[in-house]
Amino acid sequence: MKANCWMGRNTVEVRDVPDPKILNSRDAIVRITSTAICGSDLHLLDGYVLTMKKGDILGHEFMGEVVEVGPSVSNLRVGDRVVVPFPIACGHCNACEHDMFSLCENSNPNAGLAEKFMGHAPAGIFGYSHMLGGYPGGQAEYARVPFADIGPIKIENGLPDEKVLFLSDILPTGWMGAEMCDIKPGDVIAVWGAGPVGQFAVASAYLMGAERVICIDRFPYRLKIAERAGAETIDYEDVDVQEALLDITAGRGPDACIDAVGMEAHHPNPAMYAYDRTKQATRMETDRPYALREAIMACRNGGTVSVIGVYAGFVDKFPVGSFMNRSLTLRSGQCHVQRYLKPLLRRIENGDIDPSFVITHRLPLRDAPRGYDMFKNKVDDCNKVVLSA
Amino acid sequence: MSGAHDSMPDRLAHMLGWASLVLGAMQLAAPRAIARISGVDDSPAARVVIQLAGSRQLLHATTLLRGRKHATGLWNRLAGDAVDVTSLTGALVGRTGARRRRVAAATAGVIALTGVGAYAALRIRRARGRAADTAESELRAAITVKRPREEVYRFWHDFENFPRFMTHVDSVRMSDGQTHWRVRGPATKAVEWDAEIVEDRPGELIAWRSTGGSLVPNSGIVRFTDAPGGRGTEVRVRLLYHVPAGRLGGALARLTGEHPEQQVRDDLRRFKQVMETGEVVRSEGSPEGTRALRQAFQRRAQPVA
Repeated sequence: MKANCWMGRNTVEVRDVPDPKILNSRDAIVRITSTAICGSDLHLLDGYVLTMKKGDILGHEFMGEVVEVGPSVSNLRVGDRVVVPFPIACGHCNACEHDMFSLCENSNPNAGLAEKFMGHAPAGIFGYSHMLGGYPGGQAEYARVPFADIGPIKIENGLPDEKVLFLSDILPTGWMGAEMCDIKPGDVIAVWGAGPVGQFAVASAYLMGAERVICIDRFPYRLKIAERAGAETIDYEDVDVQEALLDITAGRGPDACIDAVGMEAHHPNPAMYAYDRTKQATRMETDRPYALREAIMACRNGGTVSVIGVYAGFVDKFPVGSFMNRSLTLRSGQCHVQRYLKPLLRRIENGDIDPSFVITHRLPLRDAPRGYDMFKNKVDDCNKVVLSA
Repeated sequence: MSGAHDSMPDRLAHMLGWASLVLGAMQLAAPRAIARISGVDDSPAARVVIQLAGSRQLLHATTLLRGRKHATGLWNRLAGDAVDVTSLTGALVGRTGARRRRVAAATAGVIALTGVGAYAALRIRRARGRAADTAESELRAAITVKRPREEVYRFWHDFENFPRFMTHVDSVRMSDGQTHWRVRGPATKAVEWDAEIVEDRPGELIAWRSTGGSLVPNSGIVRFTDAPGGRGTEVRVRLLYHVPAGRLGGALARLTGEHPEQQVRDDLRRFKQVMETGEVVRSEGSPEGTRALRQAFQRRAQPVA
């Protein structure tokens, strides 16, 4: 089959690879009909995620048709249409039983590697480094889906791929980012990052009853999409973010701040940017935490900072004094997607939300490298690329 | 470590420590008297040389009297003795009569103490070599399994289940209280032994030890306790075994990622997977499932051909 492979820093290639095979009795094989490139795939492309290996198949947002099931999968049949959640979860460990699926204790066979970097190991993730399991991703014609009896959700009402594909990651991730803010009536929420996850966080915050949602980015075309989801916007290359937020909230600061940016943030001040960029390039820190620092400093006293942007390792100049002295709450996590599949599918069916508004580009799988390039370099106002087989 | 501790070198080290203390104090306080006794009072440099040697002796005294690692202190003192003997033999040249006799006597005295020091140091070294050959290593590892204690105990009690989660165990056969193990050791050499259960408290613990002339004498105990907060069962394993190829084998095993401690931890992780999900979880990067060696040398994350 054809699959999009990571071939080293800044290089992806569509290559011929063997077809997947059932390895565990709870596996299913899915023929992929739609798959997307995620902002977090760019961290892999840029070489900031450790334990990648040349030839690894990328992609963790995918859906398709079941073509084979292992002997222990009784809930799926060949021909079923399914969306596959990006965290691989067994469903029976303590974490899974408490709906913390991205912390599954059994799905990462390379847990020992992850423990070295993080102390304890999170769940395995499709196409996201060997530290997170060494599973091939879904930017391919077929994929093996472990624990197929727990993860995938069946799509039975004929909704088109574009409306349900993002259940695999970015819609529930944006949703969880807003959920962790514990939104109460009257709350003002600030979202750093107007990429698709930030855009979904904006939409989710409104669905949860936020009074105002402010979205911060530096790409006007992305801020426009966030505006369509209802956000007020701040272009941080034009105005000072702290001042703008103080102005909007009459000096209080946002009740909750969502970091939907992660480890490759930018800073309008070239000296500030050079500082962390240099430390990152020389591996003195792994992540550039501008959005996180700013979100902590901006948040109102006693507020919540919700982190859904992906971080890999270690940062410095973490404003711990602000965090501690002002009674802030820091919440975070890779999305526990399995927890949100049914309620969010229902909201899509109801018409509460149509996630397809984020898509700007549709390409065949064989053009994946071009898709990565456009997405990374913001060519042609690229916001979200969907690949189809 | 096993076997009675050899205390002779420790006593000798202490004795040498006191000797250094007394000598050093005298050399520092009365260099002229020492120079006379040693027959070098005719040399203008003698005083300085003796005081320097005195301060060095006090350093030896501190390490030998205070330290617990006597070997280092002893070897340091031997190096110092070598310096003294060299300067004293130098002093023999060109001296005659009473002075020459005194220099020779001082040299003999230093050489005698050197002999004691060398004996103690070598004896410590030999004892260490023996300990490395017969060292008994202890491993501990633990994991929490989200299943009831009785069920976890029962699964472990059926030793024939071991190959399902212990990658190095080829087979375990059970017959009336005895088990026969076949295990792949380092360098894939198979090792076999018989073991007996020495204690078995249902739902609580199982202890076993190898019998007869096993190449790898070993024993172990596994304890099962309720994890707090309804989180299942805490499984704690303690293994005692004799390292087959001594220190070198251990170092080699560590280098290849097959260190016994890592093996036991991986075994427990697979045990948890089997108990909670029904089987060992495999990825394309690690198609055999959790395994230290494979974590260091991953396959590409591509389907297994």
